[in-house]
Amino acid sequence: MPTYTLSVNGKRVSVDAPADMPLLWVLRDLLGITGPKYGCGIGACRACTSHLNGAEIQPCVVPISDCANKQVTTIEGLASGGTLHPVQQAWLDEDVPQCGYCQPGQIMAAAALLKRTSRPSDAEIDAIQNVCRCGTYCRIRSAIKKAAAS
Amino acid sequence: MTSERNTLDRRRFITFLVAAPTLTVAARLGIDLTADTPAMAAKGTTATGEPTTDTNLGTTYVLRVTSANRIVFESPKADVGQGISTALGMLVAEELDARLGDVDTVLADAADLPGQSVGGSVSMRNAYTPVRELGAQARARLVTAAARRWGLPAATLTTHDTAVHAPDGRSASYGSLAADAAGVTRPDVPATPKPASRHTVIGTPAPQREGRAIVTGATTFSLDVAVPGALPTVVARPPTISGTVRSVDASAAQAMPGVIAVTTIPTGVAVSARTFHEAMKGRDALRVSWGPGPVDTVSDSTVSERLQQAIPPFASLPLLSNHVDGRFEFAFVNHAPMETNSATADVRPNSAVVWASTKVPNSTRSAVVSATGLPKNAVTVHVMRGGGSFGRRLSSEAPVEAAQVSQALGRPVKLMWTREDDVRHGRMRPASMHRMRITYLNGQMVSFQNLSSAVQLDFLDSPVIDGIGIGGYPSIGSAFFAITQETPYALGAETKALNEVPLDFPTATWRSVYSGHNRAAEELMMDRLATRLDRDPMALRIELAREEQAKTVLRTLRDEGGWGRSMPTGWAQGVGFHKEYNARAGCLVEIDATKPAAPRVTKAFVVADVGIPVNPRGLEAQFAGCVMDGIGTILQAGNHIDSGRVRETSFADFRWPRQRHAPLQFGMRLLPPTGSIGGGGELVVPAAAAAVASAYGRATGSEPWRFPISF
Repeated sequence: MPTYTLSVNGKRVSVDAPADMPLLWVLRDLLGITGPKYGCGIGACRACTSHLNGAEIQPCVVPISDCANKQVTTIEGLASGGTLHPVQQAWLDEDVPQCGYCQPGQIMAAAALLKRTSRPSDAEIDAIQNVCRCGTYCRIRSAIKKAAAS
Repeated sequence: MTSERNTLDRRRFITFLVAAPTLTVAARLGIDLTADTPAMAAKGTTATGEPTTDTNLGTTYVLRVTSANRIVFESPKADVGQGISTALGMLVAEELDARLGDVDTVLADAADLPGQSVGGSVSMRNAYTPVRELGAQARARLVTAAARRWGLPAATLTTHDTAVHAPDGRSASYGSLAADAAGVTRPDVPATPKPASRHTVIGTPAPQREGRAIVTGATTFSLDVAVPGALPTVVARPPTISGTVRSVDASAAQAMPGVIAVTTIPTGVAVSARTFHEAMKGRDALRVSWGPGPVDTVSDSTVSERLQQAIPPFASLPLLSNHVDGRFEFAFVNHAPMETNSATADVRPNSAVVWASTKVPNSTRSAVVSATGLPKNAVTVHVMRGGGSFGRRLSSEAPVEAAQVSQALGRPVKLMWTREDDVRHGRMRPASMHRMRITYLNGQMVSFQNLSSAVQLDFLDSPVIDGIGIGGYPSIGSAFFAITQETPYALGAETKALNEVPLDFPTATWRSVYSGHNRAAEELMMDRLATRLDRDPMALRIELAREEQAKTVLRTLRDEGGWGRSMPTGWAQGVGFHKEYNARAGCLVEIDATKPAAPRVTKAFVVADVGIPVNPRGLEAQFAGCVMDGIGTILQAGNHIDSGRVRETSFADFRWPRQRHAPLQFGMRLLPPTGSIGGGGELVVPAAAAAVASAYGRATGSEPWRFPISF
């Protein structure tokens, strides 16, 4: 079984895993990093959304072999120290979560969006594919706009 | 019906002091005792008010003040995102005069007592009185302990910010008084809850306490439980619903890297491995011969036919009368919580421990007892926060399967349903059909007939049927329908019945049970009636609403929601109203259906009367969620059945709404408190479903009748 070295939330880690193992299960089952959630395993619900070298990915469909020597950021690594990322803070201010299960993915998707475009339009926010079964979409939109303005 | 049951609950609750090193008070349902006023009562200690050490008493609610100044509230109400932990913590904070941030609501283990279940929007109605009484009891003891410590009359002391304060400026935190307060059997100040006029926490919007943990990824959901050595496990399931395992060739699977064990269980073949990835690959390598399930010959057309056959013809029309008819059909719809059905179990020869999100912990425990053959007192169920429910967590499939596999392997396992498992083998809202007729004569309403049918609904141990018997009805579903489906309009003589079709699909109550479809259909009948009478649909509803409170909700909706404003071609407003759970709600939506195949609800406005709004911010979240349920079930999300198989497989084809389907504007207005508490978790589903369908029909000039519309 090959060994892969990567950086997860700023920490260098090595894991023994088959090349096709999705990053999600490396994170959750081998590294105990459970912020990225399983919701579908096919990149459709996007509850696992995280960042690879700063860009949005769905770890449930990205094999570990594509992550070697790269930087993975999960929801656990988004804040810097005790200071929340502006998107996380906006999420708190707007009281976005209901069950909270999809929110790590929603937040990582929003953070990636704001990185691409600092003042996203409603159409750009509409393009976010992450599913929220509780229906927190309106507060998500408000929180993204709030984070963009901060 | 519902309010009567709640009155009984309230009467029967007794609070008592528990013998403990720090102040601990508890409330339980007193089966043989009535206590209209809070009594320092417990079996055998009623008269003295001495703390009880009777461990067999059991409790429904427990409140503990720790020496570290934390107020720990053990909640019997599972939190699956409805915000009940925060709302109950608010009741505690209110009566204790504690900072909300000092109150920790923890989910209680299965304790085999009534009241430990969630469903039917009963939680706040169950808890509102006993939990406030609990807080008041604790406060009275803390004040008394401070008075005795300082040698001051208790009545001169005040409480705020989780501390007792004396007129001379001294203060003591509750934590510093908790040990002394544990010995106060008879408080020197009254232990009665505050009048509503003095509420500062109840009614003040509060964010969800779990928020920070959620946004940092720190929350432990069912699937995040880290039990050392628990093996990731998935189950190969039959191609058709409730199919059986005939034979298994596991040789290839067992040879797969990472695979540790293959276990045949009644519902399929479980593969346990080092990781879920390896478990899924092992599962894919299994060669299983499957037996048929009970609905292998059933497809959508069969369901529709059977539903139609179950509806009798309308009664004959009175002479010279006019009538409006409607026929409505709703597809099956999966609950699809974001976190799939899952559980961790550690079954040893003489004990079992299960970690799972369950709305019915006692039922889950009983199910694990049956599955393992262990005695009940050897089985522990830890209730975890769940990633959504909507009715899904009323059953215990994953805890049972996890226990079966753990018992077979002698090791702890973490069992997860894949999304495909949950869509194809999970539970659903039953498909239904509704035939309705409103008869009128000279502008007067003569009669309303609602003849409905639905695939039989498995109520499981949902608290919604507590106290409901079959009575003279053909099934419990029929009885429940008759009791709960109240038409809020004066339409003359009512005939209403639901017949269930005994097809063996896995079903469960889905947020608002029958109301989400049946009441939505009834509201669409109001639109049809308005069209026929050339009346404004809002004005007609206001005129025909039976109750003054309903009229108030509708008038507020009309005035504050901008009803009747002019819209471009292809756009329209729609309205829906619903009364249930001792509460009322109206919903007004605006829809852009210029592309009828891709409509967008652009705005939603909700007016609600929930009696006493405990946490307006939490209620707003629930209402917004209900609006999305309305959009989803009416416009685009449902399940097809093809020869005993659910056609959809995941969120790619089960088209639950995404951001681009959500309203761009959402607003809410809560009517002022009225003194009688209602439930808010499901209330807006029927009103929103109705409003969305109504708006779509008006925008497209059609009469929608089959849902979801785009399917």
